[in-house]
Amino acid sequence: MAKKRIFEGLKIADFTWLGVGPIAMKFMANMGATVIHIESYTRPDICRVSAPYKDWQPGINRSAFFAVYNDSKYGITLNLRMPQAQEVAKKIINNWADVVADAHLPGIMEKFGLDNETLRKEKPDLIHVATALQGKTGPYSTMPGHGMVGVSLGGFTQITGWPDREPTVPFGALTDFLTLPHMVTALIAALIHRKKTGKGQYIELSQLECSVQFLAPPIMDYMINGRILGRMGNRSTHASPHSVYRCKGEGEKWCAIAVSTDEEWQSFCNVIGNPEWTKDSRFATFLGRKENEDELDVFVEEWTVNYTPEEVMRQMQAAGVPAGVVESSEDLVADPQLNHRGTHVILEHPEIGPHIYQPPPYRFSKTLNKPTMPAPCLGQHNEYVLKEILGMSDDEVADLLIAGALE
Amino acid sequence: MAKKKKREGLLSDYRILDLTDHKGIYCAKVLADLGADVIKLEKPGGDATRNIAPFYKDIAHPEKSIYWWAYNTSKRGITLNIETADGKDIFQRLVKTADVVVESFLPGYMDGLGLGYAALSELNPGIIMTSISSFGQTGPYKDWKADDLVGWAMAGQAYVTGDDDRPPCQVSFPHCYLVAGCHAASATLAALYYREMSGEGQQVDVSMQEAVLWTTLLLVQFWDVMKINLFRAGSKRSMGTSLFRLAFPCKDGYVGFLIAGGQLASISMPPLIKWMEEEGMLGAFEDKKDWEAKDWMQKVDAWALAQETVDAWENSLINFFANKTKSEIYEKAREKGMIIYPVSTTKDLAENAQLKDRDFYVEVEHPELGETITYAGAPYKITEAPWRIWRRAPLIGEHNQEIYEEELGFSKDEMRLLKESGAI
Repeated sequence: MAKKRIFEGLKIADFTWLGVGPIAMKFMANMGATVIHIESYTRPDICRVSAPYKDWQPGINRSAFFAVYNDSKYGITLNLRMPQAQEVAKKIINNWADVVADAHLPGIMEKFGLDNETLRKEKPDLIHVATALQGKTGPYSTMPGHGMVGVSLGGFTQITGWPDREPTVPFGALTDFLTLPHMVTALIAALIHRKKTGKGQYIELSQLECSVQFLAPPIMDYMINGRILGRMGNRSTHASPHSVYRCKGEGEKWCAIAVSTDEEWQSFCNVIGNPEWTKDSRFATFLGRKENEDELDVFVEEWTVNYTPEEVMRQMQAAGVPAGVVESSEDLVADPQLNHRGTHVILEHPEIGPHIYQPPPYRFSKTLNKPTMPAPCLGQHNEYVLKEILGMSDDEVADLLIAGALE
Repeated sequence: MAKKKKREGLLSDYRILDLTDHKGIYCAKVLADLGADVIKLEKPGGDATRNIAPFYKDIAHPEKSIYWWAYNTSKRGITLNIETADGKDIFQRLVKTADVVVESFLPGYMDGLGLGYAALSELNPGIIMTSISSFGQTGPYKDWKADDLVGWAMAGQAYVTGDDDRPPCQVSFPHCYLVAGCHAASATLAALYYREMSGEGQQVDVSMQEAVLWTTLLLVQFWDVMKINLFRAGSKRSMGTSLFRLAFPCKDGYVGFLIAGGQLASISMPPLIKWMEEEGMLGAFEDKKDWEAKDWMQKVDAWALAQETVDAWENSLINFFANKTKSEIYEKAREKGMIIYPVSTTKDLAENAQLKDRDFYVEVEHPELGETITYAGAPYKITEAPWRIWRRAPLIGEHNQEIYEEELGFSKDEMRLLKESGAI
């Protein structure tokens, strides 16, 4: 018998765009929810017009950026500036949806007549989950933004890189991804509450507030001890050696090694053949290794450059020493562990062709959790949603089309 | 299910047994602050997470770890050695009262003790067991060890982070396992939701490597559809053909900004160029001073911009920002709706005006210190129940009496025997 999905029957009207909102709703879709993603031609999701594009050819339906954040959803287009389109949106919410999600700046949903208070008055069991870079209230909430600067606002840029250099910006829209699991958590907690009480609710998230959860100890360290966290390169307060070491091979071949305990240190020394320097008393203790770390790193790399990253990783791991290849994009696609877990799911997209999607980073023993449909092309399910789900007639749909409400 | 006192949080009906170390610590904190009755089970003497810096007033003591405090709020704490026969027996009794067990041991450890999901579900068919591990419960790497840096490397983040003339680099505060823990919290709730619908419990298998992979934007997709290995370039990022800067130096630090093109440029560039013009510092934007939003939208595609153009624009901005502070630039950005943000330090975050306005930071009583400590507050605002730090993190064995004597009914004599045998 086919495995069930957790949220079968749950209906989500997804007004989000960009990063965290679409991905959170995609996670819900992968766990079984039916999601209608509302987009528009007049203001397409920036992800649709950003790389990576299939075969380097830009196109509104050719970006894997958008695709991988929006699989398993139905996609429709509505120009929500138009009253006719707003009526359709209202129909989706009032006649169909259990959940409304939005990722707009404060005031936008209100402008569309889709503000939280009205929606919830009309439908008390509705759950409305909203996310914005700095939340929906407060003096800085109206600033436009995205995760690639959120990572700086959120404190991560400042502490990434080398103490003697300018900061390096962590890759990606990190704050979106740090908000993602919080958004899914809050939504499901609200769904459980609704199941028990019949009541909906409003959930509001700020990417900044979600992201600083991951820096809470150093922020408290400043508040209590006055210490401002700086950049430490690859150094650690709990391990030494602890860095990324160059290995054998063309190009960027590196392996991370982290030695935390005396036992791991002994195992590490055995793996590298106990060379003379490992017997030096300066390296015998953790404190000693921390004090002589520059020299230590040179010695470690003298050994790692003789092996490929894969060889370094396997020798270390076989001896119980944490070590891992610095994986490139290509390595990630081939990673045996990820492939074992079914991390890469290939689906056939109408314009991109077969390409890789990813499920949420967890598996359930009894329920299924994976992408089922490729991401929609822009407006792909207009007819299906309007006629099959909302029960509109051909004439009504034609009127919307002619009025430009579906643009 | 006996409860010490009724809470009114969204999750107050649930009891969670938290067996995790630093690898799963955040999961049950998230659930506890939403009202769940979380009991942290530590080894007698205390969990090793208590040794993680920073420390209160720099006193390196297991009751003074700020790291421990930050991620164990709202939990109660007992000491229990589940490797002893008595400890195992007590754990099994607790499982019968619980809804969820969260653990972050190496895969197979709990099975080895006879406390794996199959065994626990015989005691309590509805039990949900959430297992957080480095690579997952099965597969070729399941037995491998990974600290944060190793996870960062094997999820693709290290490859794209750092200066190009130095080794790939980490973020100087480890967060890989915290991310995994947060995903574990959402997955645990999904399993609870399913149990509410079906009556069935199940096991949840969370992989840190996969969780961190979900922070890498699109590394896999760049290889998959374009055969590109994205690479590290300091504070710059490839947007197609050219590298774009994401952090610009200013008078007292850095600001985050990305020129890009299209819609992003159309928002920030017209007001920014106007500001530069006002100060007579147009630089390479001389020919763009009359451009409106639509010009940036239609004429500038980040994908196709030549590197020399990007460099010239960025150098003009570096000159312009050089005599302005982070906060001057940020205030102007707020006023004009530009997407320019400060590169915040931990001090900036502690003093952040938006966070203050939203009452983000909360005060938590520490009776053992006779003072209150400021904590990071809610990651979400919810309307139907309070999010709250219900209590500070537990001291070692703080609730042994409450749980062992008052709830499970052990006598003082039995407690003494259990203590001496090393079970609690």
